[in-house]
Amino acid sequence: MTAAVKETPVTPLLEVRNLSKFYGARIGCENVNFNLYPGEVLGIVGESGSGKSTLLNCLAGHLPSDSGEVIFDTRADGPQDTLTMSEPERRMLGRTDWAFVHQNPRDGLRMRISAGGNVGERLMAVGARHYGDIRQEAGDWLARVEIDMSRIDDRPSGFSGGMQQRLQIARNLVTGPRLVFMDEPTGGLDVSVQARLLDLLRGLVRRLGLSAIIVTHDLAVVRLLADRLMVMKGGQVVETGLTDQVLDDPQHAYTQLLVSSVLQV
Amino acid sequence: MITVENLAKSFTLHNQGSAVIPVLEGADFTVAPGECVALTGESGAGKSTVMRILYGNYLAQAGRVMIGDVDLTAAEPREILGLRRETLGYVSQFLRVVPRVPTLEVVAEPLLALGVADDAAFARARDLLTRLRIPETLWGLSPTTFSGGEQQRVNIARGFAHGYPALLLDEPTASLDALNRETVLQLIEEAKANGAAIVGIFHDVEARTRVADREVNVSAFTPVAA
Repeated sequence: MTAAVKETPVTPLLEVRNLSKFYGARIGCENVNFNLYPGEVLGIVGESGSGKSTLLNCLAGHLPSDSGEVIFDTRADGPQDTLTMSEPERRMLGRTDWAFVHQNPRDGLRMRISAGGNVGERLMAVGARHYGDIRQEAGDWLARVEIDMSRIDDRPSGFSGGMQQRLQIARNLVTGPRLVFMDEPTGGLDVSVQARLLDLLRGLVRRLGLSAIIVTHDLAVVRLLADRLMVMKGGQVVETGLTDQVLDDPQHAYTQLLVSSVLQV
Repeated sequence: MITVENLAKSFTLHNQGSAVIPVLEGADFTVAPGECVALTGESGAGKSTVMRILYGNYLAQAGRVMIGDVDLTAAEPREILGLRRETLGYVSQFLRVVPRVPTLEVVAEPLLALGVADDAAFARARDLLTRLRIPETLWGLSPTTFSGGEQQRVNIARGFAHGYPALLLDEPTASLDALNRETVLQLIEEAKANGAAIVGIFHDVEARTRVADREVNVSAFTPVAA
């Protein structure tokens, strides 16, 4: 049993050092530091405007950061700072080891091509060329996210919001990424669809050994999905720790307010 | 296996006039492998607080909590997660699960997380569910819709699925009928025989005298000023 503990790789998958982003004189996020290890799910919570989406976008390279380092343990060359990487290298990372699930599925999907095409596109971007294989793989993934095979040739514009979100997840995971960024993955979905998506995400995280960073304001979602939690306010990280510890024994005044403000169902 | 040294805990309520509520002070006790220690004391004495600190769920203000060779008060979240996966089990009073996940999978999950093969994990889950008298027709359903007693038994099955060397039990026999209570007590005795160090809260006096080797009265750790 103890052997398994020692097997856990010591190199963090992602190492973030003093990351800051300013919008003119305003703070986007300031001096963010954390390590993410393989297989871990990190939740980032905070009120709107607290800088959580800014942070996520800086980490994923969608927004230029002003200072700091984001070191990712790449498959080929070991730990590399993704902020100083060349644009083509970073784009390659975005197509292979990284995935980004947007809050609004319309931002992450191509609405004018078929569901199968949306999934297949990521495969083609990493070199798959055999049409039959690509279609097979796309069909596989649609089944995993519980989209009926008969919808493979339909455009996502005709899908419901929950189906679009599941399609976006399939599109992102098809290339076997090691790190998934998620911005409010369950936001705007009704609770029954939310539960289904949570179940799906949790299963995928365990089976594929994914690491994920999930931004949300839904504390129930992080309790079920995240191993660790980071609480943000005004661009600063005010508290970090194990998810259940932060939620059950919050230390910072803001976290106490946040936790005590949740309505009980 | 479990060593608590000079443990202190207080809650600071920043949003309620920064009130500071001291709960524990100078808590000291140890639990050896194969031993079961019952925490006693009246309601509000801090039994559950001690349990939660032992699980890394509450932060301690001072002192040390050693589970095996890991100091919980100084460990990284990653180390605590590893500890909970391999070494430290906790049967709480409430079941908290992702909706829609079938009962069998809920029970097998701690084993699956350890990398045990699906067949072996599900076989163990089926065995425990049978012993705890959860009808087979319910195994494929999510426990969120079960009765209180059934949920508690699912929770117990889940807690005993893996043979944790250290086990925390929060009122494991509450709201169970005589037969199931007997099964749970047997499970505890088996875990002890296998060398698990157990800390438990038992309001059921008979159960306590049967499985516990010693009692630790938590009131002794209540700060005097409060």
